[in-house]
Amino acid sequence: MSLPLLRRRRTNLNNLFEQFWPYTIDGLSLGAIYALMALGYTMVYGVLRLINFAHSEIFMIGTFAVLGTLHLFGMPSNVSGFALIGLLIVLAVAGAVASGGSAVILEYVAYRPLRRHGASRLAALISAIGASLFLQQLFARVVIPAAFHLPKEKGALPIQGHFVQKSDAVHIGSFELSNDRLIVIVGAVLMMVLLDVFVERTKLGRGIRATAQDPETAVLMGVNIDRIVTATFAIGGAMAGVAAALYMLRFEETRYDVGFLLGIKAFTAAVLGGIGNLRGALVGGFLLGLFEMYGSAIFGSEWQNVVAFSVLVLVLMFRPTGILGESLQQARA
Amino acid sequence: MNVLGRLGVPPVQMVMEGRLALRSKIMKITGVVAVSAALALGASACGGKSDSSGSGGGGDTVTLGFMGDLTGENSGIVIPPKQAAQLAVDEYNATSPKVKITLKTYDSQGKGEQAVPLVKQAITKDKIVGLIGPAFSGESAQVDPVLEEGKVPSISASATNAALATHGWKYWHRLIGNDNVQGAGIGGFIARQLRAKKVFIIHDASEYGKPLAATVRSTVMKAGATTSVDAIDVQGSDYSSTVNKAKAFAPDAIFFGGYYAQAGKLLKQLREGGVRARFLSGDGSLDKGLAAGAGGTTANGSIIGCPCLIDPNGTAGAASKKFAADYKAKFGADTAIYSAEGYDAATAFIAAIKAGNTTTEKINTFLSTIDMAGVSKKIKFSSAGEPTATDVYVYQVKGAQLPLLGNAKTATVK
Repeated sequence: MSLPLLRRRRTNLNNLFEQFWPYTIDGLSLGAIYALMALGYTMVYGVLRLINFAHSEIFMIGTFAVLGTLHLFGMPSNVSGFALIGLLIVLAVAGAVASGGSAVILEYVAYRPLRRHGASRLAALISAIGASLFLQQLFARVVIPAAFHLPKEKGALPIQGHFVQKSDAVHIGSFELSNDRLIVIVGAVLMMVLLDVFVERTKLGRGIRATAQDPETAVLMGVNIDRIVTATFAIGGAMAGVAAALYMLRFEETRYDVGFLLGIKAFTAAVLGGIGNLRGALVGGFLLGLFEMYGSAIFGSEWQNVVAFSVLVLVLMFRPTGILGESLQQARA
Repeated sequence: MNVLGRLGVPPVQMVMEGRLALRSKIMKITGVVAVSAALALGASACGGKSDSSGSGGGGDTVTLGFMGDLTGENSGIVIPPKQAAQLAVDEYNATSPKVKITLKTYDSQGKGEQAVPLVKQAITKDKIVGLIGPAFSGESAQVDPVLEEGKVPSISASATNAALATHGWKYWHRLIGNDNVQGAGIGGFIARQLRAKKVFIIHDASEYGKPLAATVRSTVMKAGATTSVDAIDVQGSDYSSTVNKAKAFAPDAIFFGGYYAQAGKLLKQLREGGVRARFLSGDGSLDKGLAAGAGGTTANGSIIGCPCLIDPNGTAGAASKKFAADYKAKFGADTAIYSAEGYDAATAFIAAIKAGNTTTEKINTFLSTIDMAGVSKKIKFSSAGEPTATDVYVYQVKGAQLPLLGNAKTATVK
């Protein structure tokens, strides 16, 4: 038993070394989507100390907005080059508006009433889970069948929208980088930088940081908490919307529960990087993506999730606040 | 070769959803078997004995039952065999035989808890002499012990779970190859017709996909091929680690054990990753959704195996051609999934009744020795109730269609 197993592990390690670049690039492009989604979890947590479990459905709504926009464009196929980047910007805006908008509505409906009445944070958590289930079922039973003219029982099926002409953007030796992966990684990093600048430099960003640091003092200093909370949900949702556009670019398919596993992974990425920390979300997302790919290279793809969560547990054992810790609060305004 | 396009609301798509449901039910249901067996004991204790052997004896009409999901969300997979059985019975009655047959349908909605009371009613009140069905493996696991207690023979046209044959049931039969037969058939096709030396095996870790992939693997390994195995997560959307492995292995053929929803995505990502090897899958992927998921013409040339014969153009032989024409004339629709098997199941019962057997015991004895030609396969059962024929048919994706390529033992690929 042990000898063949050992031999198998060794060939698998060789497999990883020989295929190091493909696994790394796949890990980064997967991690980029985790990272963008993780921002939503981390920002809401930073400001409200709430895990917004419905964030995965905010992402799902984004993917359907992207799909709807594609239909508006008459479902183009095999788009490539600058046309693809142009189309993607439109799709990202559509996704961001839809996701950001639904995140704001979600906050109004599911969280604000609870906050007003001073409900416990656990009540808000249950409300989040309820909202998540509600949105999933709403899409599976009503929205998808109606929008795509499907019989009701087919709302749970995957919906495709093929539009990308995949090609190798960079090809040096064994190093291949396809256009979609390149766009996903660059796009995610770009959004991160924009968000970082926004939170560091603008008045609204300062308000968000102040609220995260000490809500009561922030109110005394004239910060309108409700406005800040709305902005936080809008920005986090918009990031999920951009992630949805990048996801659709890469996988060209969505489903009513597409956000479920991604949401859990993005939440994991947020915790891994240090929940409440924006840069931590980026680090956590990319690391998680890489761990998953390297792990499945060595142990087999069925162990992908196990490896990811094992790494999470190990990191939290030694750094309970995550890799970068909670610095959204500690940051000096 | 417009096999699936003319079926109206694509029943095959429903079919595979049904299959998803029915297969996921199987394991959950095995625990219930003991309970339902106990219930069945109770039922037969209060008067089952005289009913079971005395039914229909000497009368000029006997009743056959057909059980399956006739109105539920998976009915698309059950209505074709029901109609085919009706066709067989009507053809027989039209010959003015001594004993006529009434076909009574029982709509179980595919649910075991609805099927069990229905089958009790069928045995004690309607005094059926035989049952075609139940259609799904999950409900079969609950209904078959009741039939066994009531000593009523059954033939299923579509329940493929391999474990059903392992209970030692004397009255249970089926006319569809189980998942092991399917795996061996597809594996043989990969090894013989495709002459693949390196086969990359992928499965979805489900109780359907994993053993199917394992049977394909052991079959091609016996034929001298080298294999490599990887699994995907049905919840996940990124299969790039599997793609990288396939690429490194450089296979001649890829087999995927799982359902079309994942198969389409997987195939798309394999092709995008530059893996060009021929893609094969089992009946869980016998659906238009495969081509849709892969996008455009990506899935073209892929081969799907199924123990079922779907042959609306009658290319598989004279019997199949006649059946397809008669079916179309009667119902105005093409033959669809499991229709040939449903017809054969009815034919087996009809042959028994024609030979003068009108009691459940005598029919069951007749079935144990039956040996005749059917539409989908030879009608002959092993002592466990499995069909002795191991025919597996292969279908090749062509655009959005899945035309029949032929029997896996003889079909050739361009």
